[in-house]
Amino acid sequence: MSERVQTAYDPEEMMVVAASRLLEPDDVVFIGIGLPSKAANLARRTHAPDLSMIYESGTLDTKPTVLPLSIGDPELSRTAKAVVSVPEMFSYWLQGGWIRTGFLGAAQIDRFANLNSTVIGDYRKPKVRLPGAGGAPEIAAFCHRTLVLLRQNPRTFVEELDFMTTVGMWRGEGSRRALNVPGLGPQAVITDLGILEPDTESGELVLTHLHPGVTAEAAIEATSWPLRVAETLARTEEPTKKELEILRALVPSEASNIADLIPAAGEAGR
Amino acid sequence: MTEFLELPEAVKKYVSPGCSVAAEGFTHLIPHAAGAEIIRQGIRHLTLIRMTPDIIFDQMIGMGCADKLVFSWGGNPGVGSLFRLRDAYEKGVPHEMEFEEHGHAAMANAFAAGAAGMPCAVFKGYRGTQYPEVNPKIKFIECPFTGEELTVIPAHRPDVAIIHAQRADRQGNIWMTGILGVQKEAVLAAAHSIVTVEEIVDSVDESSGGTVIPRWAVDVVCEARLGAFPSYTEGYYDRSNAFYQKWGEISKEYDRFVEWMENYVVASENFVHYLAKLKEDGYV
Repeated sequence: MSERVQTAYDPEEMMVVAASRLLEPDDVVFIGIGLPSKAANLARRTHAPDLSMIYESGTLDTKPTVLPLSIGDPELSRTAKAVVSVPEMFSYWLQGGWIRTGFLGAAQIDRFANLNSTVIGDYRKPKVRLPGAGGAPEIAAFCHRTLVLLRQNPRTFVEELDFMTTVGMWRGEGSRRALNVPGLGPQAVITDLGILEPDTESGELVLTHLHPGVTAEAAIEATSWPLRVAETLARTEEPTKKELEILRALVPSEASNIADLIPAAGEAGR
Repeated sequence: MTEFLELPEAVKKYVSPGCSVAAEGFTHLIPHAAGAEIIRQGIRHLTLIRMTPDIIFDQMIGMGCADKLVFSWGGNPGVGSLFRLRDAYEKGVPHEMEFEEHGHAAMANAFAAGAAGMPCAVFKGYRGTQYPEVNPKIKFIECPFTGEELTVIPAHRPDVAIIHAQRADRQGNIWMTGILGVQKEAVLAAAHSIVTVEEIVDSVDESSGGTVIPRWAVDVVCEARLGAFPSYTEGYYDRSNAFYQKWGEISKEYDRFVEWMENYVVASENFVHYLAKLKEDGYV
């Protein structure tokens, strides 16, 4: 990583690059759509060519050549080693404990890295109805470890979640284990400001890395609870030119052959 | 015996006001032509069941077809919100609805349990989350062998399942390939099933891989060319990511949405005619 960056990059790019570096070269990763998918696709094109990417639509060992827009794009089934049904995906592969890393986003996170992707406000009368759980609760329960990717500001890093969609370290102090969920839980939260990791005893998130140009004060201000900061803060390496080039080339395809197959209006009547 | 019907007749026969409809297809093979036909016939008071409501249920909810939604992820995949679902949930537009919310694992298990003739699904889910507080159908039991606490939810047993597939043969055997979601489970769990297909062929070729649902497990087969648009049919056409991105603008405001639906979906003679109008006006 000695190659220094020539071009400017934005905080989201730093976040995705930092997240991609946390995937092991031979990781087996269950990928949520959006930034986690970007980060995993970047990792497979850089340090982790043998990364096994799993999308919840049932594609195992997926090797998309373009970034999918959804978790079920045709690009995924065409480039997968195997496609299994969704019940098989969730029961055998996920609940059965075969997947090493779960990669999630969320709308809110608390100090124990529990996540909300359900509602902002009251569940019955919310200010914002978010999409909901999807696979997240069981991904976080049954993957060996979880990585979480979201922007850090007082609206996302909250004192109390509006809804507990997905359990991280639950109430801390080993309480996660009492829930009988086998995975270790969130091992890193990667944001646009830095990286947080749960304290091994209390389970509370501690700021351990800052991205280039970011101060600990900025991270503390972006957090609604009194943020713990590690005694020695590491500094994330800037994105390399190669990482940025690959990342910027990762855009969902808008190409579809559907228009060619639809007849003109006059011919479509009957 | 599998019946071969035109889609409007099939919908008239099996989708009646008040019934529960599982329309499955996980991003791939979403039975949009059937959804549009239900809207065209103005069928109301439905219980809609789908893991990802997607545009198909967003349209049906916005047009007032649904009294209840059972779901596990209600976004526009890769884009953002489903605004008709959000308006129904947040503001009761066009009317108040009941929402039964799950996670994907629960929905998949509930369909599989229904297919297996079980009253409930047993799995390990929701531990520590708030879902059991808001969904009274999530319960916990003790494993009689190990004492482990397990999660149970009722099986899905919809009145009718609707899916889209690549092909059917002339006996009604269904052949499908690519991402298969929970479609087979939905068909087997339901009292009746309608399968729309891209084409009806002399024989389906199971030796080329894919999945066959035998004719005696299917009530009705309807030909519905391009019937999964804006989702896709592997081997036939791609997902229209562009339309998914445009759906946000079309559906954001309720009045504009209704006008659009009336112009494009309701006023069209059939699904291909609707697609032709979309093409003419630059939506695809």
